[in-house]
Amino acid sequence: MTDQKSTIVEIRNVYKSYHRQSLIVPVLYDITFDIVEGEFLALMGPSGSGKTTLLNLIAGIDKIDKGTIRVGDVDITTLSETELAHWRANHVGFIFQFYNLIPVLKAIENVELPLHLTSLSKKERHLHAEMALTMVGLAHRMDHYPGEMSGGEQQRVAIARAIVTDPTILVADEPTGDLDRVSAEEILSMIERLNAEMGKTIIMVTHDPRAAQRAKILRHLDKGYLNDDASQNPL
Amino acid sequence: MMLLKILFRNAFHNKLRSSLTILGIAVAILAFGLLRTVISSWYSGVEAASTTRLVTRNAISIIFPLPIAYQEKIRQIAGVKTVSYGNWFGGVYIEEKNFFPNFCVDPKTYFQLYPEFVLDLLQQKAFLADRKGFVAGRKLADRFSWKIGDTVTLKGTIYLGNWDFVLRGIYHGRDETIDETQFFFHWNYLNEVIKKRSPNWADKVGFYMIGISRPDIAPDVALAIDNAFKNSLAETLTETEKAFNQGFIAMSGAIVTAIQMVSFVVIFIIMAVVANTMAMTTRERTGDYSIIKTLGFGAKDITILIFGESLVITATGCIIGVILTFPAAKAFGHSLANYFPVFLVSAETIYYDIAAAFLIAVLAAIIPTRHAIRIRIAAGLRRIG
Ligand SMILES: Nc1ncnc2c1ncn2[C@@H]1O[C@H](COP(=O)(O)OP(=O)(O)O)[C@@H](O)[C@H]1O
Ligand SMILES: [Mg+2]
Repeated sequence: MTDQKSTIVEIRNVYKSYHRQSLIVPVLYDITFDIVEGEFLALMGPSGSGKTTLLNLIAGIDKIDKGTIRVGDVDITTLSETELAHWRANHVGFIFQFYNLIPVLKAIENVELPLHLTSLSKKERHLHAEMALTMVGLAHRMDHYPGEMSGGEQQRVAIARAIVTDPTILVADEPTGDLDRVSAEEILSMIERLNAEMGKTIIMVTHDPRAAQRAKILRHLDKGYLNDDASQNPL
Repeated sequence: MMLLKILFRNAFHNKLRSSLTILGIAVAILAFGLLRTVISSWYSGVEAASTTRLVTRNAISIIFPLPIAYQEKIRQIAGVKTVSYGNWFGGVYIEEKNFFPNFCVDPKTYFQLYPEFVLDLLQQKAFLADRKGFVAGRKLADRFSWKIGDTVTLKGTIYLGNWDFVLRGIYHGRDETIDETQFFFHWNYLNEVIKKRSPNWADKVGFYMIGISRPDIAPDVALAIDNAFKNSLAETLTETEKAFNQGFIAMSGAIVTAIQMVSFVVIFIIMAVVANTMAMTTRERTGDYSIIKTLGFGAKDITILIFGESLVITATGCIIGVILTFPAAKAFGHSLANYFPVFLVSAETIYYDIAAAFLIAVLAAIIPTRHAIRIRIAAGLRRIG
């Protein structure tokens, strides 16, 4: 690893708590770390430690209480709701545990969906979506609905949807959490390749050590604290 | 556009629920349309009223008559073109349930004054020539299979006894909004009999129908007529035909109001049903909407999705309901022909249907839309797991 690479995500003294009725539930305490361009980071920790919360903050779908998060050259904590939506559309690709495809849209339409927020023409949208599906090996399932596909296939469609806009960062929340071993390995290899071959910056939340093995860097969250310095993946 | 695709497919995604909701809307729109048609046929007499006709009656009440001698005096008032007159006869054909309106009229002037009742000239002549002749509407003649020349006997309820008439003419309406169930005979025939039985009651008419030259002089002419009979034994009240007909409906106004209320209740109920369906479907789709928002779509897009889905479902139900309204109204009108001589689905009723459906769609979508927009993405996504 060279330290020459530029920082792409800069997290500084981030605090986050939730309000549950009158109760304030602190979730993240004073989180500070950097992610450099092209990194494949696994964010680990037991259930309830705040992994999803932190990922959501980095991806701009939740608001922090205190601190700053800078992605690229934008301090996303200062953006309005609308600006943030616009920013997400351009800079973040999402992969979720439960795939979260739109059930009434075919695979190709699901992949095209985020492109509707770009200035691409109809033909270009279709072409881009087709390319992305080809990359995840599902060109032949293009006209199938999510309900007609296995979990692993649905997750591959979700990956295609995440990369089709060529985002600055890819975030994945337990991407293999709902999959059998074989499919999980497939998905992880695919994510690994996105990082290795295409240089995508990937932030993956997982509590599965097998998934974490694939990452280059591991970080641990425990009860809302960033537990240790980044460790190079021993494997 | 992709949003349209999503909302159309969402609308029909849960087939059973969508079909039941659409069926409910169709039935509600059908019921609403029929009830509105009942109301409008109630008012059909008012709508058909001419603006160039006045009706003069006894100022005390319609049940008191006016002297026949007023005819000449009215004719001399400026602006009056034609004066005709008549009495409600109230005869029954064989039995009560065969009800139809029957009047004695002045045969010379009546059809002149009511061009919407179309009677061919030969039949008009035959009617005039026969003291016992009568003219029936086409629907009425069809109903009892009366042929020209048939003798028909009515049992008098006001003027007791059996009264024989000979069918001399069958009129038809100028258009389909005209009542074709009426029965007209000679005022003279009735009057001659009354003269013999109780002379005090003779030479009286129930109402005068007055043709005027222009609609705008109606108030002045009405005033002039009433002034002419001020301080006489029988003072008059003159009003436009429309106002006169409305007076009759006012008597049954409570029923009309009740029907009107029921029609709104129907819409209100289906609104609650559709709102419930929309609340259920959008709740199930909280995750979808969160994903769509995650991808960068905004409140406007969510609004399009939910309002659009609500509109698609409601419009489908509305179209089916409207299409069903026509055959239903036909069947309904057929079996209730005695009560509603004119039972037609008006354009206005269809507009009401569409307005009601639109209202249902919009009101049903408001709360789910607000909810889907307000829920924070992170919270919405958590619902999925
Ligand atoms: N919307 C919310 N309201 C209240 N508490 C929440 C909310 N979201 C998460 N939490 C709480 O925050 C803590 C961290 O949650 P999360 O980030 O999902 O953890 P992880 O992904 O590591 O399992 C948990 O205790 C969870 O119950
Ligand atoms: Mg989590």
